[in-house]
Amino acid sequence: MGAAILAAIFAGFVFFGRESPRAYDETVIILPPPPGKSIGGVVVMRGTEEHLLNTAYASSRIGGTGDVHVVQSNPSEVHASFSDVIAALPPRPAKFTLYFVTGKDVLTPESEIELQAVLAEMKKRPSPDVLVIGHTDTQGGLETNDALSLQRAERVKTFLVDIGIPPGRITVAGRGERELLIPTGPNVDEPRNRRVEINVR
Amino acid sequence: MRILALLAGLALAIPAFAADVGQVKTAHGAVHIERGGQKLAVTPGMNVQQSDTIVTGADGAVGVTFSDNSLLSAGPNTVLAIDRYAFDSTTHDGLFDASVRKGTLAVVSGNIVKQTPGAMRIHTPASIMGVRGTEFVVRVNDAGR
Repeated sequence: MGAAILAAIFAGFVFFGRESPRAYDETVIILPPPPGKSIGGVVVMRGTEEHLLNTAYASSRIGGTGDVHVVQSNPSEVHASFSDVIAALPPRPAKFTLYFVTGKDVLTPESEIELQAVLAEMKKRPSPDVLVIGHTDTQGGLETNDALSLQRAERVKTFLVDIGIPPGRITVAGRGERELLIPTGPNVDEPRNRRVEINVR
Repeated sequence: MRILALLAGLALAIPAFAADVGQVKTAHGAVHIERGGQKLAVTPGMNVQQSDTIVTGADGAVGVTFSDNSLLSAGPNTVLAIDRYAFDSTTHDGLFDASVRKGTLAVVSGNIVKQTPGAMRIHTPASIMGVRGTEFVVRVNDAGR
């Protein structure tokens, strides 16, 4: 009787003793990049260990008590194990660029056509929203350009509202001169940098 | 007086900043968001906030576009927490911490990472992924627990 109780306690001890270290089972796989884009990569960190995965289908596996193994995966594993989660990714943002007539508060004729393309793109998407981002060239100071780029974005927002896009679906941002389409030095008059980018998401 | 005005401005600014960080674009099957102790049913168009936990059932999947153009999706039987998110739409400075407790995740990194490689981190029970700019998938099985 006493021996049976001792055995039960011992069994319980072993059971709980085994349970405390968790058995891990984790997988990471890098997907091939879209055409023209490079892979910056993912650094898998565990304690002081670091593993950089920066090629298509590079993969890390963490199993058992936590050893990290870097292996090469393949399209068939991704398809078999991740097709449902990949299918659930939202559509990539569609990008449009608009220009004003120099010195005026109206869009160029080409950009008027782009506005209609924005509307058409929204109709293709589930629950779309629009991000309007103003940009300047490098003439003028940083703060002035931040304000100016935001004004440009706000102006384009009014055009979008005019063609029937609900204001609540539109967000505006001003990037100032931080994201030049045509790289230039400071204080350069470059009409192609004075633009408004639209992301339909 | 000026300080009062500044404080009033901050009080207004903080909730706006902490509020919506992304939007649900795709949702299938059983999906809900846990927010402040409440379980909210998820439909496309719903806003996602910092500290939300996204939970999917056996037939569930959901995709979210964040304000910096990061795209995240969760597959079936997944628990994904949006731990911290901040993004400045002018400078593109920001940070993004999310945790996968179990299930599957797909990630397309966005402007936070483009501006600051490594500023997006995905946490799993065994590791932390520092994202430098890429598309990738993650699976966490918790059957071994």
